[in-house]
Amino acid sequence: MLTVATGNKAVAAAVKEAAPAVVAAYPITPQTEIVEQIAEYVAAKELKSQYIPVESEHSAMAACIGASVTGARTFTATSSHGLHYMHEMVNWAAGARLPIVMANVNRALGPGWNIWAEHTDAFQERDTGWLQVYVGSVQEAYDAVLMAFCIAEDERVLLPVMVNLDGFLLSHTMQPFDVTPVGDFIPPLHLPHAIDPANPGGYGTLTGPDNYFALRWDIERSMRDAVSVIRETQERFFQRFGRRYDMVEEYRCEDADVVVVAVGTLGREAEVAVDLLREEGVRAGSMRIRWLRPFPRLDLSGRDVVVIDRDYSFGFGGILARSIAATTGVNPTSVIAGLGGQEVTYEDIAGFVRDREPGKETWFGVTNDV
Amino acid sequence: MTEIPREDYILKCTSACAGCGDTLALRYVLKAAGPDTVLVVPACCTSVIQGIYPHTAFNVPVYNVAFAAAAACASGMSAALRAAGKKTNVIVYAGDGGTVDIGIQALSGALERGTDFLYICYDNEAYGNTGMQRSGATPLGARTTTTPEGKLQPKKDLDAIVAAHRPPYMATACSAYPKDLFQKVQKALSTRGPTFIHILSPCPPGWRFPSEKTVEIGKLAVRTGMWILYEREQGKVTINGPSRAAMVKPLPVEEYLSAQGRFKGIAPETVARMKDEAMAVAQRLQREEEGVC
Repeated sequence: MLTVATGNKAVAAAVKEAAPAVVAAYPITPQTEIVEQIAEYVAAKELKSQYIPVESEHSAMAACIGASVTGARTFTATSSHGLHYMHEMVNWAAGARLPIVMANVNRALGPGWNIWAEHTDAFQERDTGWLQVYVGSVQEAYDAVLMAFCIAEDERVLLPVMVNLDGFLLSHTMQPFDVTPVGDFIPPLHLPHAIDPANPGGYGTLTGPDNYFALRWDIERSMRDAVSVIRETQERFFQRFGRRYDMVEEYRCEDADVVVVAVGTLGREAEVAVDLLREEGVRAGSMRIRWLRPFPRLDLSGRDVVVIDRDYSFGFGGILARSIAATTGVNPTSVIAGLGGQEVTYEDIAGFVRDREPGKETWFGVTNDV
Repeated sequence: MTEIPREDYILKCTSACAGCGDTLALRYVLKAAGPDTVLVVPACCTSVIQGIYPHTAFNVPVYNVAFAAAAACASGMSAALRAAGKKTNVIVYAGDGGTVDIGIQALSGALERGTDFLYICYDNEAYGNTGMQRSGATPLGARTTTTPEGKLQPKKDLDAIVAAHRPPYMATACSAYPKDLFQKVQKALSTRGPTFIHILSPCPPGWRFPSEKTVEIGKLAVRTGMWILYEREQGKVTINGPSRAAMVKPLPVEEYLSAQGRFKGIAPETVARMKDEAMAVAQRLQREEEGVC
């Protein structure tokens, strides 16, 4: 059924389809609409979840952890400072191998207070053992949440999944999308290590170096296995619902001399820039990285690469640019743009491509040399 | 008379210190709770006592969780279990630091939401597992590794904070009175909604007394009126027998203090202040019990 809604409402609609047993909810701009809409579904008995209105994000993730370890499907949503307030428990959820799904609406971190889009909030959580997907449209937000439950709960993965959408640019932007009833697309959750009083054991007990090391490796092994689970799930989704997704969305890359790499809505904007550049005779293409963890292997050999980072690691560089340099060996042009909701148009992106200089880092709109 | 079951859910070979009041209390908590129980344990002595992976010395499922997170974790667990139609007891077993300091927000939230669980704070009046640093529950005058001259502030009134949330059942207890503790745990677990028990749990290495005197020190705490055993059921206060007797004929507070190295060299005016505060708490509880507060 085709409808029109914001990214936040689409996330909530997908949660309704996935029907988690427990939802922990705490408000934060620009995510609040998600937990409000879920509260409406629960109040209207359209969704039978236990809705726990926690007193903080730290407790939101802790409540999801407590629920999940009983074998219950769980969901929460957050953004920016909320994500960082729960950081300790974000690590815990992955270490405990709990398939929690969380929507994170990407927003800048203070100070100063800034409620607009930036990816640094979630990028800083990239090493926690969560899978991370970044979406580029309202439809994709809906679809990604549905697939997130399948992927997280797959026995080959059993790791939490964070679905990221850009603050306001997607969370509060209305787009048409298809609200697909999922039927049996998401299989029932069978958590092999669910707590069971008939089979008592210690969870998260003190663990010596050897066993700890083995458990950490097991997270990485599952992260690697997750690549094929993601592909299988996206293929199954395509067969069922007709919408195709990949680890990376490539646009006009086949014969491209220069490729723009970006995440989220900037990746969609880059596609328009590619069209503009092609009209000018530049053989441009774009890659929108959807899955940041597990990080995709990009084929960029023999091409100029322009990476746009809506994030930054101080004293190091654009997180995406440096990750691509490290994993592909290319020396990209690095453009830092869009921090704190800075407007970046397709014309700006076309300019980044025209002005590219491999190895150089440019802060868009900042006049002094960096 | 209540029959205390022979079944033990704390197995031999825990890594508890000799004379541990925490483990003694937990033994009776679990006897009262029985096998259909999950313990939620934040960072505290109990996270060490249960042993090292892949072994465990506890014969019920134990969910270990981060320091500030126990009450919130138990909220989620309780909600999920109840939604699945299970009556499994969800018991938080947390130290004083994890309760009165870093965990107070999550505890307050879980109480306010009416979580169906039992929260137990076993109180050894300091951060024991890290080697006895002061917590908000450390009493006035007590030396810890971060209060080498003795604590300058009185103990935080955890029970008043919990009582402000009006849980249907709350009580204090002491590891030196296992039968009293056993009965209170049974009462708490038969009450729907959030329930709370605050157990004074003497700690030989932390309080600096010989390990064979754990029970004696606990009894002294009650008999001198430094710890009052009482229950608050639907708001109604009942002072329990041992403390009722102590209010009529208390032992001198000095007997409790001089038995512990942590109070060595305590100033007489500090002792006087402790007595005044203990008296004020006792009188407040008596007025509440009589319904004249």
